[in-house]
Parts: sequence; structure tokens; C-alpha cells
Amino acid sequence: MRKSKPVTSPLVARQSLWLFGSALLVFAPLVPHLPDWLIALTTLTLLWRGILLWRHAPLPSHWLLAFAGIAGAAGIALHFHNLFGRDPGVALLVLLFSLKLLEMHNLRDGFAVVLLGYFLSLTQFFYAQSILNAGLTMLGVTFTTAALVVLNHSRQPPLRSVRLAGLMLLQAIPFMLLLFVLFPRVQGPLWGLPIDAYGGLTGLSDSMTPGSISQLSQSEAIAFRVKFAGAYENKAPRQATLYWRGPVLSQFDGRSWRIGRVFVSNRLPYQPAGEAIDYVVTLEPHFKPWLFALEFPVAIPAEGLMASDYQLLAKTPVRTRLRYEMRSYTGIVIGIDESPALLRDALQLPPLSNPRARVLAASWREQFGADDDAIVRSMIDFYRHQLFFYTLSPPLLGEHSVDEFLFDSRRGFCEHFSAGFVFMMRAAGIPARVVTGYQGGEVNPVDGTLIVRQSDAHAWSEVWLKGRGWIRVDPTAVIAPSRIETNLAFALPAGEARPLVALPGFVWLLQMRYRWDALANVWNQWVIGYNPQRQRDFLARLGMRSPDWQQMTVVLTLISGVLLLGFTAWALYQRQRLVPALALWNRFSKSLAPRGLARSPWEGPFAYAARIAATLRGENPELGVEAARIAEIYARLRYAKPDPVLTWQLLQEMKLRVSRIRLLKR
Amino acid sequence: MSLAATLREVFFRWALRGRAPEASPITLTQRRVYVLPTRQGLAYAVALLVMLVGAINYNLSLGYALVFLLAGLGITAILHTFRNLVQLRIAPGRCEPVFAGELANFGIVLTNLRDETRPAIRLRLPAQTSIEVEILRQSSFEARLTLPAAHRGWLPLPRVTLETNYPLGLVRAWSYAAPDQRCLVYPAPAETAPPLPATPGEDGGAVRLAAGMEDFAGLRRHQPADPPRHVAWKAAARQNSGLLLTKLFTGAAAHTLWFDWDVMPATQDVETRLSVLTRWICDAHNAGLAWGLSLPGSELAPAGDDIHFHACLKLLALYAQE
Repeated sequence: MRKSKPVTSPLVARQSLWLFGSALLVFAPLVPHLPDWLIALTTLTLLWRGILLWRHAPLPSHWLLAFAGIAGAAGIALHFHNLFGRDPGVALLVLLFSLKLLEMHNLRDGFAVVLLGYFLSLTQFFYAQSILNAGLTMLGVTFTTAALVVLNHSRQPPLRSVRLAGLMLLQAIPFMLLLFVLFPRVQGPLWGLPIDAYGGLTGLSDSMTPGSISQLSQSEAIAFRVKFAGAYENKAPRQATLYWRGPVLSQFDGRSWRIGRVFVSNRLPYQPAGEAIDYVVTLEPHFKPWLFALEFPVAIPAEGLMASDYQLLAKTPVRTRLRYEMRSYTGIVIGIDESPALLRDALQLPPLSNPRARVLAASWREQFGADDDAIVRSMIDFYRHQLFFYTLSPPLLGEHSVDEFLFDSRRGFCEHFSAGFVFMMRAAGIPARVVTGYQGGEVNPVDGTLIVRQSDAHAWSEVWLKGRGWIRVDPTAVIAPSRIETNLAFALPAGEARPLVALPGFVWLLQMRYRWDALANVWNQWVIGYNPQRQRDFLARLGMRSPDWQQMTVVLTLISGVLLLGFTAWALYQRQRLVPALALWNRFSKSLAPRGLARSPWEGPFAYAARIAATLRGENPELGVEAARIAEIYARLRYAKPDPVLTWQLLQEMKLRVSRIRLLKR
Repeated sequence: MSLAATLREVFFRWALRGRAPEASPITLTQRRVYVLPTRQGLAYAVALLVMLVGAINYNLSLGYALVFLLAGLGITAILHTFRNLVQLRIAPGRCEPVFAGELANFGIVLTNLRDETRPAIRLRLPAQTSIEVEILRQSSFEARLTLPAAHRGWLPLPRVTLETNYPLGLVRAWSYAAPDQRCLVYPAPAETAPPLPATPGEDGGAVRLAAGMEDFAGLRRHQPADPPRHVAWKAAARQNSGLLLTKLFTGAAAHTLWFDWDVMPATQDVETRLSVLTRWICDAHNAGLAWGLSLPGSELAPAGDDIHFHACLKLLALYAQE
């Protein structure tokens, strides 16, 4: 089979322009994720290409491009210290793409640019997979496809190319949905991912220094979403009870708090008690092993374990959005028979630090003797009666951070309050530790899910009292009760910087955010979170008995076949009704057939009219004139720029004239 | 014939399934339109596969979606390409006679009954370069395919390949058609021929062709056999319509010539005689003379008009054929 249109035929200016435009669209969403120098280089290349296009100038030589390519690749290798991996890979693709635009001579090069464009559209999903990204990609793919249409038919008008590309993509959507739902999913990665596969993300860490949580609370990023079931369907339990337990920090070095030694098991260390709450958590990837649950969970997810400090841990860091069903009880008592070693750890303090706090704690111990409860109450009273301020921007603290906070600055955020509390307890000889996690969350009225954001990050304390186990004490609830009862925005004093949507007078903005969040939640759950597990669940719910890959393939093939049949019927269908002008024209030709003047298939209107006039010159010159007029009307109706009013008038005139000729024949 | 060529012939015969030549109009039904991916289509498929592996490896749900969308695009490309060709109607068009050695010019009327334009359809004759045509919605277009006419007689239109890659170039849809059409090929006029034979006519005089050429009598439409030096170039340039006109001369119209097969030298073979006769007829016609033609078994009475000219040439073209 000989290619009759060689792929080496040169590109015309219009095709180059299309490829250039689609390249810009594909390149734009990647800009925030590329090194600055590469953006500059690519922009220069594109600019250069644009100028060449504008001036119809010839493309640069291969040598220059080869040099630019090698230099660029070397730059990428230097920048990333690597050529393999996600980010250098994307950078290389961008480099290749921009240089290929300068080396675009013939149809084959043009096609290569189109393929590279599709490839680059995919790479932006490495960085984000939001609805916005999907929309941007759709735009890029539509224009790249339109460029491919122009590549195959350079005379196609621009609007028609985009319309055709849009139509084809619309027709592709049923196939996409079908494949998306039914294509047997495989849980990646297929091989070891490069180290840079996941960028830096915010979230709770395994240590806490003064300021680390207040920094986190500036972030509006979503930590996880919770959908309650049963009695709390579409709402949530009281805010003040929503303590989402995270890392438990029991080691203190004078400045920062760290996780202590823990043991993990897959058995529950306590008995259920109190009210049961059922819910489903959808956890955003945070690349740490923490799983969050209300205090205290009685179910351990399949991918998790229970640590000896009652925190749920995932077996591997949470790299993808994770969804797990949970049940918690509100009245569980923990740690009545706590091991002595662990309690010893919960008393450890760095020697010689914070002398004033130690003195105060020792005085309480002297005053109350063995009454630990009284000491706890004294500390709470201390917070309550002294003038403490709850603020997101506390002053920096020096060497004796607890002393400075408790006795001098008295301005702090939850981590200061809980750390100060735990220090005092330990100094008084009561086992205590800091618990971090999230507190509260907001219910989205649109879909009834509870959204917990990074700004809900919180730190509280636990003290161990003999016979009562670990008791939660949240000093922040004393200083700023509204933080616990409502949320951060209400707790902060006026004048503190806070997120825009938390400002009064922006209710509509808040409403819009709720709607958007609800949509984003559906998107995350069903589009982004559609993994092998979700696929099995969904297909089972649709009535597939055993949704394994064989059955999926069979169903996929069957439905695709039906779809294809439908589309083939569309391809074969053609409206039999002719345009009115053509129908009249055919009638006119037929009416002259008895005189031997039927139109030959290859005869154009004017040639036909001329033939009629020439043949009838002697016997019926009027008919020749009439034929010329009809031919003229027909030509205008078929080939002139359409004008609705004129078209109608001409059509009426043509109808009249053609029927007159038919009458004349009789 | 090599094995590959034989196989190809067998395939073509199967593809046309004994229909050649076919009754017109030929409609390209779905059963005779074939679709296969092009090289670009294969590259596209490989690219999608690589993208799918990437999406799996990085668990990119939207990556899956994009790959599936592009796969769907590939499927719709098949349908659109198929649709661009299917149900196209083909009928024979005009085909003017030519002289051997010239290019036969076959007109093929393509009719698009659909309410949409069919762009970028290529037509090709075996071993010829293709032409690309666009057929507007609900209209006809006469494509002209050329084929070297080597020998006199009827030149049948060989199998026509119709193909299209439109719109994405990922797949190629093609079909074969063999419309019932043939081109009459006149013998090539001899390059060197004896002068027009003197006829033992009423006045017995030889034809004074050179003298007759001096009197300009008028213009008529140019015909392929007219000598180039008789073309009215100035008139053609003035008209600007692309039509060529030939200058007519009077002077010898009164003479009647007889071109007789039997009086030609016996040493000449059939083809030489035919081409000499063709030359004479062309010259006589150009000179505005009347002539008669006598061949073994047939004879045409003297006349000088176009109809007679073509009748004579047709007789020569088909001499001893059929």
C-alpha cells in the first residue's frame, strides 16, 4: 500500500500556527512546576518560534537545535542531580517539546508535536488532579486535536476544525466513561517510584516545636473528610467532642516534643463503652503513617495497626487518598493498667530546664500531697486566672521556653498551652504527654460531610491518674473555649490575620466554598479515588456478582460493541431530504429531459444553461433565457454566501419559474 | 509476475468481487470500504500505551481518564474516516478521445448525498499519483484522473482506488471502484508523413496546401490535433478565459481528397499506415479541406466537418480491433 500523501510534505504556515497555539495551551499549566531557568528557556524558544512564524522565516539549523538540546539536558541534570524521575522527566519533555517546535518541517514532525502535546497534558496530573486541571487538560486536548485535523486537511476553516475536534471528543466520552469504570484497575506503582514522586506536603509531623502547629493552621488545605452515618447522618457530633487523635508526643528535649517508643499490634487494647459513632474517613495523602479517628476507635482498618499510645497507624505511609470505615465509642477508658516503663517515659524531663516552672510544680506537690487531681485543677486554674492570650503569632521564646511562656509572655497557641501543661504535670510527678491531631471540623451543608482542614490542627494533653487511666485535658478549652466549641476563626481575637472566608460579611463566599468543596469531595471520591477497591465495590453495587478482571473485560467488550454499533449506524445514516434548491434544480432538469436536454452529471449550472440556450436558439429562445435565469438563481442559492431573506426570495422565484416550465411542457 | 504482484491481483479481484466494470452509479456501501490504521495510528496507539503505564504507575486517576479519552478519540477517528468515504456515489463522467501517446483524461463524477462536506478524498489509478478532492454537501464533483494512453483503441478505466485519512490521519479508509468507462485512443499522428496524396479528382491538380494557408478565414475552438502554430495566441491572451482558439485558413476547401488504405506503399505495416492516415486527416482538417477515407471493409464519404473528423479517427482507432 503506497502512501499517496507522503509524510514528508512540508507544513504550510496555517498548520504550524495551529501546532504552535496548541503547544502554548499545553505548556501553560506546567509553568508553576518547572525550574525558572527552564521556563525562561522555553518561553524564549516559543517566542522565537512565534517570530519565525510571523515573518515566514526559515527554521534554525539542526546543529543549533542539537546544541540547545544537549545544553538543556545538561542543565536539567545539574538542576535535579538526576535525569530519571518524575520532575526531570517532565522537564526533559518540555525541553524536547519546545525544541521540536523549532524543528517542525514536515507532516511527520507535526504529528510528533501532537503526540508530545498529548503526553505533556498527562504530566500535569503529577502535580494536581483537581476539577480545574481536568478542565485545562480538556481545553489543551481539544486544541491539539484540532491541530491534528488541520494537519490532515490544511484548508479546513479554524472554527470547523475546533468544532470537529469537539464533536469527536464528545463522541469519545462514552468510551472514556466505559473504560474508566470497567477497565480492570491495577494498584500502582508497577515498579519502584523515584524518590521525588511526591512533593512536600503540609500536615502533622512526628515532632512539635513552638510555632509548628500555628504555622499549620494558616493552611486551608483539607486534611480529611468524614461522612457520619446513623444518628449523625449529614451532620456531626458536637464540635467539642471531635478530637481526631494523631501522633502522641511523649519525649521532650527542652525545645521540641517527639514521639516516644511505641509498640504496634492488630488487637484493641480496650473495651468499647459509651455511645457508638459510625463514619467513613477519606484521608488526603500526607506521606506519614497516621490514620485519624475520633477518640477512641474500635475498628482497625485493613491497612492499619494500633499503637501502644492508642494511635492508629497505617502499615505504609499514606501516599494516595485513603478511605476507611470507622466506628468509635465516646466513653472508652484507656490505660488503666499502663506499663510502668511507659509511665516512666511520661515523666521524663530534660534536667535543669525551666527552673521557675519546676519550683511552682514542686510547691503544688507540697501543698496537695498525693492528690494528683488537685494538682491538675491547680494548673487549669493557673491558666484560667492569669491573663493568657490565645494568638496565632506568639513572641519567639528563648532557652527556657516553658518558663518564658508561663510567666512572661503569656501569649501562645494550642501547642504552647498543652506543652506548658504537660511540663508542669511532669515536674509535679504526674505522667503526662502531648497529643496532636485535629479538633473539630466544619459540616458542609451541601452534602453533609465534615471537612477537617489543616487549620483544625490542634495539640492537647493527657495525664495519667491512678485508677482512671489517661485523662484528656485540653488547656486551650480554658483559655479560648470558642476554639473548641466552634472553630479557630471565632477564637482568634479581632485584628488577627485570618482566612478571607472567615471574615464577617463574606457569607456568600463561604456558601460558594461549601458548594465547591462538596463538588470537590464527589470528584475526589469517585474520580480521583476510583481505585481497584472502589471499582470492586461500585461494580458489586451495580449488580456484578464477582467483579474480577475477566468479568469486567467481558462486560466492557459487550457494552463497547453496542456503543460501536450505535455509532456505526450514525456514520451510515444520511438524511435523504435534499436541500430545496437542489430538489428544484433536479426537477428542472427532469422537465427538460423529453427534449433531450437532461443535465449530464458533470455539467455545472452555467454550462447547462448555455447548452440549453444553444440548442433551443432557433425554436424557443425564451426558454433559453429562462434557463439562464434559473441556473443563475440555483448557483446563487448553492454557492453564494447565504442571506436568509434573499435565500427565501430566490427560492420562491426559482419555484415559480421551474413550475412554469413544467406547465409549458404540457 | 512476482508472487506479491499475483497476490495483490487476487486481492483486488476479490475486493471488486467480479463486478468490474460495474454498473453506474456505484455506491460505496459499508461492505466495500476497508479501514486500517496508518503508521501514525500505530504510533498513536503506542503513545497511549506508554501513557497508560505511566498512569498506572503513578496511580493517576485523571491519567487513566485522559488515556481512555484519547482511546475513545481513536475509535471515533475510525468512524469519522469511514464515514467520510462510505456511501459516496461514483459515476463515469466525460472522457474525450485522445491520441496515442497523450494522457487519457477520465472524468469521474463523485456525488455526496450527505448534508456535510466530504473533504480530503484521494483518488488514484494504479501506478499513478493521486489527486485530492473535496465534495461539498449534497453536490457532485467531477474529478479528472489521467492515464497515459499508449495504444490506439479503447482504453478502459482501470480500478480506481478511493481513500481518505481525514480527519485525524490515524486510520485510512479505502475502497475500490471500477466504473464502466473507456477512453477512445486515436492512433498517434505520424511525425514524418508523405505529403497529402494528390487525388485524381475533377481538376486533377495537386493540393496547394501552402497557398491555402495564407488566407485567414476565422477562429474556432482549439482541438488536440491542431498544430500549435495555428493557435491564435494573441486572441487567447485577450480573452483571458483559458480557451484556446485555432486560426482557420481557406484556400483549398474546394479540393476533395481521398485517403485510401490500398494506395499506400505495401511495405508499411498496419500501425504505420494508420498513423500516416491519422496525420493526413489531421492536416486536411486543419487546412479546412474535405476528405474521404477508405479502409478495407469500410469507407467514409468525403466531408470536412468535426463530426466527420472524429468518425474517421474512430474508424482508424478501432481498425482491426474487436
